[in-house]
Amino acid sequence: MDKGRTNQATQMFENLGGILRKFIFSILSIGPVPSHIAFIMDGNRRYAKKQNLIDGDGHRTGFSALMNMLKYCYELGTKHVTVYAFSIDNFKRSPEEVQSIMQLMQEKIEGLIEEESIVNRYGIRVYFLGDLKLLNKPVRLAAERAMGATAKNSKAVLSICIAYTSLDEITHAVQESVEEKCDEIRVLNTSGAGYHHREHLINVTDIEEHMYTAVAPNPDIIIRTSGETRLSNFLLWQSAFCILYSPSVLWPEISVWHLVWAVLDFQRNYSYLEEKKKQA
Amino acid sequence: MSKLLGFKLVIPEDHVVWPSWVVLNTLVAAELVNLSQQVELPAGLRRELMPKHVGLIPDGHRRWAHQRGLSVQQGHSTIGRRLTELTRLCDKWGVQVLTVYGVSTETLTRPKEELDFLVSIFEEWVKSNMEEWARQNIRFSVIGNKSPLPRSIEQVLSEAEVALKANSGLHLMVALGYGGRYEILQACKSVSSKVKDGLIQLQDIDESLFEQELQTKCTKFPSPDLLIRTGGECRVSNFMLWQLAYSEFYFSKTFFPNYGEADFIEALSSFQQRQRRYGGRS
Repeated sequence: MDKGRTNQATQMFENLGGILRKFIFSILSIGPVPSHIAFIMDGNRRYAKKQNLIDGDGHRTGFSALMNMLKYCYELGTKHVTVYAFSIDNFKRSPEEVQSIMQLMQEKIEGLIEEESIVNRYGIRVYFLGDLKLLNKPVRLAAERAMGATAKNSKAVLSICIAYTSLDEITHAVQESVEEKCDEIRVLNTSGAGYHHREHLINVTDIEEHMYTAVAPNPDIIIRTSGETRLSNFLLWQSAFCILYSPSVLWPEISVWHLVWAVLDFQRNYSYLEEKKKQA
Repeated sequence: MSKLLGFKLVIPEDHVVWPSWVVLNTLVAAELVNLSQQVELPAGLRRELMPKHVGLIPDGHRRWAHQRGLSVQQGHSTIGRRLTELTRLCDKWGVQVLTVYGVSTETLTRPKEELDFLVSIFEEWVKSNMEEWARQNIRFSVIGNKSPLPRSIEQVLSEAEVALKANSGLHLMVALGYGGRYEILQACKSVSSKVKDGLIQLQDIDESLFEQELQTKCTKFPSPDLLIRTGGECRVSNFMLWQLAYSEFYFSKTFFPNYGEADFIEALSSFQQRQRRYGGRS
């Protein structure tokens, strides 16, 4: 009986929370709303330590926080969300921790495409961006299945950076751009058409097309939790003109208020950002 | 030894044995200079935790000028003085590379009058400091695309780069006509050229090869350990995108015309307390 009452109370608070959020978002939407927010989800292990949990539970709580933040972003009207789930550098961690994270990721990726998941509720298309060959087979296959299963969704986009670093992404984009140009030149030479040197110079668009993150526009805001102010090899090229926000809260404790603050900051800087987009 | 004393020791090559008192005095003098240099580090800062490379985005001139009812040009006029002070502090406190974001590729699109004035500030700054930099064993380099800049500054910059090339102290780099994306694009074009000409294979292209194509290859430490941006805005504005992968950012609310020694100490102190994990475990 008590449990039933507790569930009812929780439901009531959630509903109230939802109504309050809707009200706040409707006010925020009077101004410009970011079309792409990226998150560096830092602080899971410190949270686990703080709460006397095992490391793995810090990451699990972090995952719940991620689901909440996704919900808030999509309710606000932000179409693109990118998250830094696992860096190539993170493979340097202890084998036990890497294994535990991989297992958690596989579990959560499979959960993403279930019927009642947030992905289907909000019509989210999911991408996994990075050097997926570095992942173990089960995780890679789960990622590919999730991408396939959500390919028809079109209301919003979730990009999960996994086995990713920005330097690796840029190098890979450079390699592909160079290969493409060399192939073009080879074809022209074989056909005897010759080419105008100037036409075949690589430009910014060529590089951007070959980035893993070409599926989304550049982020408007990058939020890194736990107070560290660094990008840690995340979206370096894409972050050229975006706002960086680094609240000291640990990732599992992030709330809608941090999002509201970030959006207000975005609105304050909006005219600058638009000017830079035109110049870039 | 030369760096400590500030001049080269000339030891004659013949077999004269120097009087022991000369040798002793020289060693004592060197040690005193060394000690005085070490003592000059402000309280709370540790020499072994000084960032090797400091990047600086000097911002806030317009707002500073606006607050005082001054013109933007008057705001920009303060740049030289503040940069000179910061260069001296970096040199004194053992920073090995200081990169200053002078004029960005985006600034190049500003009205000609404003751009010319800004460029003239840097030209004057370089001209008036060359002698001191020569004395202080400071090396000077420019990164960026100098060709859109007025010819007069191109000449001043080249002279400074050549004259100070052999110095081995603080490496002062100024980014003029610079954009992080532009730099990466130029490196990409260079790599493409080399592949086309058969100098390198496509599969040779990796992070370290690519890094050698960037303009920052001219320095021993191409990546800033600490990036300071004054003026309160929290963004990198297309500065050293590749090189900032693991840099610690410090965003100061102080407008650059007001940014002095105390502010710099605050940034360094914050940096020295940070735990840099590079993605691994702490």
